[in-house]
Amino acid sequence: MATETQHYYVPNPSPYPFILSSGLLLLTSGFVFKMNNFAPGVWMMFLGFLCVLYVLFGWFGKVIGESESGQYREWEDKSFRIAMIVFISSEVAFFAAFFGALFFVRNIGIPELAHFDPSLTPYKGFTAIWPSAGPGGMVLGKLYEVAKFEPMKPLGLPAINTMILLTSGLTVTWAHWGLVKDNRRQLILGLFMTVVLGISFLLCQAYEYHHAYTEMGLTLGTGAYGATFFMLTGFHGFHVLLGTIMLTVILLRSINGHFKPNHHFAFEGVAWYWHFVDVVWLLLFVLVYWL
Amino acid sequence: MSTATTTATHDHSHHDHHAPSGVMRWLTTTNHKDIGTMYLTFALVMFLVGGTMILGVRAELFKPGLQLMKPEFFNQLIGVHALVMIFAALMPAATGFANWMLPLQLGAPDMALPRLNNWGFWLLPPAAILLTAPFTLALFGIGDGAVATGWTLYAPLSVQGGIGVDFAIFSVHLLGISSVLGSINIIVTIFNMRAPGMTLFKMPLFAWGWLITAFLLIATIPVLAGAVTMLLTDRHFGTHFFDAAGGGDPILFQHLFWFFGHPEVYILLLPVWGFIPHILSAFSRKPVYGYKAQVYSFWAIGILSVVVWAHHFFTVGMPVPALLYFMYSTMSISLPLAVLFFCWIATMWKGSMSFETPMLFATGWIILFGIGGLTGLVLADVAADAQYHHSYFVVAHFHYTLFAGGIMGIMAGVYFWLPKMTGYMYSEKLGKLHFWMTAIAFNMTFIPQFFLGLAGMPRRIPDYALQFAEFNMISSIAAFILGLSQLILVYNIVSCVRGKGEKAKDNPWEGAQGLEWTLPSPPPYHSFTEQPVVK
Ligand code: HEM
Ligand SMILES: [Cu+2]
Repeated sequence: MATETQHYYVPNPSPYPFILSSGLLLLTSGFVFKMNNFAPGVWMMFLGFLCVLYVLFGWFGKVIGESESGQYREWEDKSFRIAMIVFISSEVAFFAAFFGALFFVRNIGIPELAHFDPSLTPYKGFTAIWPSAGPGGMVLGKLYEVAKFEPMKPLGLPAINTMILLTSGLTVTWAHWGLVKDNRRQLILGLFMTVVLGISFLLCQAYEYHHAYTEMGLTLGTGAYGATFFMLTGFHGFHVLLGTIMLTVILLRSINGHFKPNHHFAFEGVAWYWHFVDVVWLLLFVLVYWL
Repeated sequence: MSTATTTATHDHSHHDHHAPSGVMRWLTTTNHKDIGTMYLTFALVMFLVGGTMILGVRAELFKPGLQLMKPEFFNQLIGVHALVMIFAALMPAATGFANWMLPLQLGAPDMALPRLNNWGFWLLPPAAILLTAPFTLALFGIGDGAVATGWTLYAPLSVQGGIGVDFAIFSVHLLGISSVLGSINIIVTIFNMRAPGMTLFKMPLFAWGWLITAFLLIATIPVLAGAVTMLLTDRHFGTHFFDAAGGGDPILFQHLFWFFGHPEVYILLLPVWGFIPHILSAFSRKPVYGYKAQVYSFWAIGILSVVVWAHHFFTVGMPVPALLYFMYSTMSISLPLAVLFFCWIATMWKGSMSFETPMLFATGWIILFGIGGLTGLVLADVAADAQYHHSYFVVAHFHYTLFAGGIMGIMAGVYFWLPKMTGYMYSEKLGKLHFWMTAIAFNMTFIPQFFLGLAGMPRRIPDYALQFAEFNMISSIAAFILGLSQLILVYNIVSCVRGKGEKAKDNPWEGAQGLEWTLPSPPPYHSFTEQPVVK
């Protein structure tokens, strides 16, 4: 609890939350319409997306303005820090669901499927191996045939991506040291390298996906293996994308002279997020690519 | 501890002159009381909406045979009723109280993150629209109605379902974002906004209950979000998470869902366990008994609640060690729960009790929620559950916990705090009438359902065998009385808000303790411009 600065900043009424929620309503309902082949879906999504973009710029712009004009002091800063830690914890739980799904299908679902009494199961002769795309059979009234596919290997691109992300964790820390020492050149250079590494990671992943789809026969529809692989690495990649965008914003703000050695929550929040993304990747590398 | 005072500063200190009025006030507000009021109003409206839906169900079940609706529509009503009541009535009501009361009880200028707070609320109406719109769309020939899978959204039924499932998936996403935002705000407020001297162990139990609720939400809501995301990709993007032909497993969905779903039932109740002791203490004119024991029990229940989920599908075919583990861990929850019951009763013990409406609800709540807990123990027995699973016994069990334990607890809070929030007293006579009508009609609705379940009537079925007719008829009649009785609640609230009735004193209850009672009724728009110092 703050005892020195006893003013807490309570912002004025703001239109952004309401516009954002309306945008999300349009975006989600539009998406439902689109998936079920109703024409206006795409347009609703587009409109909703515009709302979300407008709010992203407006709301974050406002917060940055408030921060730079000195409205946030220690007390507010502490609120933001706790909030960021709790938010990242919720992200951990989200990934845990997908890791849990991987564990379940691999260690419980598939072995059970393989050990059913042959006289009772339609999936005769299915053996429990991993990676597996399942025994094949009827899915939603259509025949699902197991195609031949090649599983991912840890060496090569995934190992390179691991190096890239680990290095980026170092560069962002180096940038932080620069900020604390008020060495702006080090701050900007460190952030720039982190952004470049983030983008390289995404490019490698795009190449990996392309390769999987075109040459390895591995797609989202490749049974349990394809589903867990693409959803886990896909959501991770999406988080890397978000993290890279946030790092870019921080980089541009640094170039514009934002942040002080003792006042830079936004920088640290993004850095924490980046480390979180890093740790998730290490888990992915071990549990999805390697084991 | 410093005695410095706090003022809640606004970016332009003329806020009160420039604050938007009319609708814009509510759309843009960053004030915790405004936001709390919106949450509570929304909860009341959705409570009536969800109640109306289930009256449709009870009307169909009045007699054996199909009379009023197609089975598909019956299924939609049941599923949307549960989702509405849990996510759009009970949870927002508890969040509304948190918004209104936590800053007052902790001596804070406002919630820690006021704009996020507003966003958390405004995600709810879109979520409710997504959930219920398919009913209307079906009238225009778009889709085949709302989600018809029950609130549990089990695969493979939900993989095969219509457009309603897609709407429900995104509704759950928006509700989830809202809950996460609300939890972030509450955790930050509790850790960072307490007045000087308000140590964690001086906080009202309501703050403790909500703190643990918020932790549970952060740990489990994202798992539900993950589960429905897998459902979405299974439905539209060709994945095989829940399909054995692809090596997936429909039981995976049940694990993921109940990993969220069981903690969810404590998420719904912990805030209520938080304020009920203070009501009991106020009307017994005695301090809360066993404050620390209650806090530790909250923690114990919170932690245990994430490791017992599979008791919801004992019959699905699990290895025996797993069955035993989930049985014993589930039953062990009743130990800390028993500590709580003991503390509630001991709080009243030898007190000079009086039975105003909040106290009637609180004491009735102890008994009825107790029945809910005890029947839970019956269900937690693996062998017994083989018989009772998916029967009306389960329906009766969770209505004793959720309607009595949840909603009637919330009603105790409503009558307790209504004078504080509106500045006017409700009519004690009508309040008592509301309690007795509710309590009697509730028992008449759900006691027969225990017997129906024991006799083997399955839940979620629009038609039933002839031998179940009498109990169903009693249950349906009582359900309509129960529904209509809630109009008294609406009347009581509206007349307080409109300032009929007596003016409320700062502390209308002789024995009520806590910072919120030191403020005028209703409290000023910005409560603690001078931060209080707690000794
Ligand atoms: C000691 C306390 C409790 C125990 C041992 C217990 C045990 C159980 C068990 C074993 C089931 C599954 C029955 C079946 O489907 O066969 C169940 C269902 C349920 N319980 Fe409890 N319960 C307890 C308290 C509560 C509380 C406090 C709540 C709510 C606030 C609650 C809400 C529910 C709900 C909603 C369901 C049914 C969900 C569904 O299938 O739709 N229970 N309970
Ligand atoms: Cu449970």
